[in-house]
Amino acid sequence: MAFQIIINLIVGFLWMFLSESYTMPSFITGFIFGILLLFVLRRFIPGEFYFKKVLNILKLTLVFIKEVIVSNIDMLKYIYSPKKIAEPGIFSLPLDVKSNWEITILATLISLTPGTLSVAVSENNETLFIHAMNIEDVNESIRSIKDTFEKLIMEVTR
Amino acid sequence: MTESEMLLHIIVNIIIIFTVLIGVFFVFSATVGIIRFPDIYTKLHAATKASTLGLAGILLGAFLFLYIQHGIVSGKLLLAILFIMITNPVSAHMISRAAHAKGIKPVIRNREDDFEQYKTKLTSE
Repeated sequence: MAFQIIINLIVGFLWMFLSESYTMPSFITGFIFGILLLFVLRRFIPGEFYFKKVLNILKLTLVFIKEVIVSNIDMLKYIYSPKKIAEPGIFSLPLDVKSNWEITILATLISLTPGTLSVAVSENNETLFIHAMNIEDVNESIRSIKDTFEKLIMEVTR
Repeated sequence: MTESEMLLHIIVNIIIIFTVLIGVFFVFSATVGIIRFPDIYTKLHAATKASTLGLAGILLGAFLFLYIQHGIVSGKLLLAILFIMITNPVSAHMISRAAHAKGIKPVIRNREDDFEQYKTKLTSE
């Protein structure tokens, strides 16, 4: 991956020098051409096409922003509804992600999603304890977290 | 100033006012939530989530205002939004963990507290 980024930077600089305009826009043009070049030659260059990872990071960011907005609107419903909160409680989520870094991102994402707040991580890093405003179905909420966030995080880090 | 410039000015001002108002509304809702909810964990839900978007809205409004009225691109405001989004969940996590360690029981209806069970299992071993 580092190899591909270096190739891409070299292509960007080459473009800048060949077009004889030493400005940021021409470097960016060259950089984009470098990405295209790497995409065309991805079968012959060792390692996976690195821009795919960048796209995955972008996707994770977009999902994050979407979840923040949805959870805020969800929160408004709880705050202004006259009823009591139906079923608050703490449930446990078995983790598939292993490293500290991944667990941190996952806990952050869970805290900002509708109705859930991460409370603690178990000592062996295998379970995450989550407080939820309204647990209708534990398995359903576990499945939705696993399908969306954990999958996206694993796509970025692995 | 021509007619169309005036119109553009008014529309931009309306957008700025709208973002700031949304931000203030969300912060206000967070306050209401903190007063209304029964225990510390649900209160934290309100404090983290609603205030994130609230502060983001206010800062975005300030950014637009500075850019359009004074022509200043203030990167600090955008960075502040990013850092709020990173630090808010972390502080909520730490506060709720500390509360649980102190032994504050969450309000629970029809459900077990998984973390409590885990802790009792750890101490019994």
